[in-house]
Amino acid sequence: MNAWLERTREFWRRDQVFDFMLPPLQSRELDVSHGVVLYLENITVSFDGFKALNNLNLYVNNGELRCIIGANGAGKTTMMDVITGKTRPDTGAVFFGQKIDLTKYNESEIAAAGVGRKFQKPTVFENHTVLENLELAMQMNKSTFVSLTARLSGEQRDRIDEVLSIIGLTEQVYLRAGLLSHGQKQWLEIGMLLMQSPYLLLVDEPVAGMTQQEIERTAELLTSLAPRHSVVVVEHDMAFVRSIARTVTVLHEGSVLAEGKMDEVQANPKVIEVYLGEGY
Amino acid sequence: MTRLRQMHSPLAWGMVFLVAALGIVGVPLLNTMTEAGSTWHVPDYMVPLLGKFLCYALVALAMDLIWGYAGILSLGHGVFFALGGYAMGMYLMRSMAGLGVYRSELPDFMVFLDWKELPWFWYGFDNFGFAMFMALAVPAVLAYIFGFLAFRSRIKGVYFSIITQAMTFALMLLFFRNETGFGGNNGLTDFKFLLGYNLQEHDTRLALYVITASVLFISYLVCRWLVTSKFGRVLMAIRDAESRVMFCGYNPLQYKLFAWTFSAILCGLAGALYVPQVGIINPSEMMPANSIEMAIWVAVGGRGTLIGGLVGSGVVNGMKSWFTVSYPDLWLYFLGGLFIFVTLFLPRGLVGLFKRKDSA
Repeated sequence: MNAWLERTREFWRRDQVFDFMLPPLQSRELDVSHGVVLYLENITVSFDGFKALNNLNLYVNNGELRCIIGANGAGKTTMMDVITGKTRPDTGAVFFGQKIDLTKYNESEIAAAGVGRKFQKPTVFENHTVLENLELAMQMNKSTFVSLTARLSGEQRDRIDEVLSIIGLTEQVYLRAGLLSHGQKQWLEIGMLLMQSPYLLLVDEPVAGMTQQEIERTAELLTSLAPRHSVVVVEHDMAFVRSIARTVTVLHEGSVLAEGKMDEVQANPKVIEVYLGEGY
Repeated sequence: MTRLRQMHSPLAWGMVFLVAALGIVGVPLLNTMTEAGSTWHVPDYMVPLLGKFLCYALVALAMDLIWGYAGILSLGHGVFFALGGYAMGMYLMRSMAGLGVYRSELPDFMVFLDWKELPWFWYGFDNFGFAMFMALAVPAVLAYIFGFLAFRSRIKGVYFSIITQAMTFALMLLFFRNETGFGGNNGLTDFKFLLGYNLQEHDTRLALYVITASVLFISYLVCRWLVTSKFGRVLMAIRDAESRVMFCGYNPLQYKLFAWTFSAILCGLAGALYVPQVGIINPSEMMPANSIEMAIWVAVGGRGTLIGGLVGSGVVNGMKSWFTVSYPDLWLYFLGGLFIFVTLFLPRGLVGLFKRKDSA
């Protein structure tokens, strides 16, 4: 009876509206008046009893480049899933800026609101050219009927050229993306994120499988993004993390173990014990 | 102008118009203007047969749009085809009220079943415009609802194909029942007039052929326009990496649903053109095997090319006509063998033979 009453009460909470009555996420204006672009508070996600995220609290400041490290199974990917709307948290709040509650929206709406995600495995559209890949990712009206007659304007083409030069693929613009090297695909994917002009970029293991030169290029690329966009990088490669990180967060068993400058974190005895101790 | 170039290269435009002219104008001319004994003569019996093939080609076009470009393998397109055909069949039945075997105002099968009045869902079908509207609208609505539920639940791949098979099978069983009101097992047949023209006359058949060929030509251009637009690029992106498309801020549901519904409408149109030329529509058009054959046409011709569907349906149906006359027992073995051969050795179909390797 009591549980039933609780559930019923949820329906008429005065501080909330029903999901389907929410206005669509159209406004591109993000309220970051408190300097924080992403709030994750008390997030818990469990799969069949296993807690992938356990009371996770994480704040990302506006314009920050944040690295997140952690052993396999620490919950890094699940955290990304929660932010991008792929997984709904069991409890907790995810706020993008001050006002947007991300737990209420689906993947494409969240992407449209300004959260870009790069997957671990490079996923570009292999049968499309580099130009078409960027065109598809571009920030614009993405409804079906608009797409039927959409043409690239000169301004949009300039924007594409600008991103092409940032990611260094200007010469490959008409090449089919499937023919690019592994590293180039990763950069193209970052370029696709940039085309969406996101406020927040989530980058999952960007340098896995890259050569040393490619890693250096990627580090430059990511650090160059940081002041204009907020960037969250999940990475295993400690040398790479050291080369780009200002602030590092260590995840362990679904919650934050330590946070701070790279040196501080590496000196933290708890961190050494659970993560860095294992071979680093 | 640039848009036309995106659709086809100048050479390809030339070929398209050449083939279209041959199909729309050439065949009727060869039929009427040449002597019966001449090598170039198209005999009278060939005209409705070719018309039938063109209807199949339209289905293959619809199938290629959804399978080749959106990566959605439907094994239930026969339903949309049959529904379009039934709508046309209902008009044809109503247009000969009083001229049936029983001289009744009702269609013959209703008299036979001792029905006293027309069921409500037959109302309006004596109007040609309404019937044509329903031939497109009924498949569209069914496809929209079915697609909405399936795509919203993110059902894809084999699971989606199986559900479409189930759909066509279920509707076939429904239409087989006499109580459903569409002539049951026998379907609708014994048609006489279309808009007052006698369907048995050769001129009517020739006109139907020309209309079918023109509709196919226009449909091809519309499909080509669709797949070379940004819409088409998003569709192909959904086929290749759907989650990436979502994270780019697109809603794949809307895109798939649009392509899917449009494909169903094309099938309905094909069905409506098919029935007056073939003279019968019955539930066997909804047999799961028929829908699978439609997929084979596209696979044989080459997916994701549009042309491939047209070529494939022509080749397979041409062979079917020949085989079922000369070696009727071997046809299904041959069809199965053809499908295996194409899958193993020509993954990009017959059209793939003429394309450079890297332009997949």
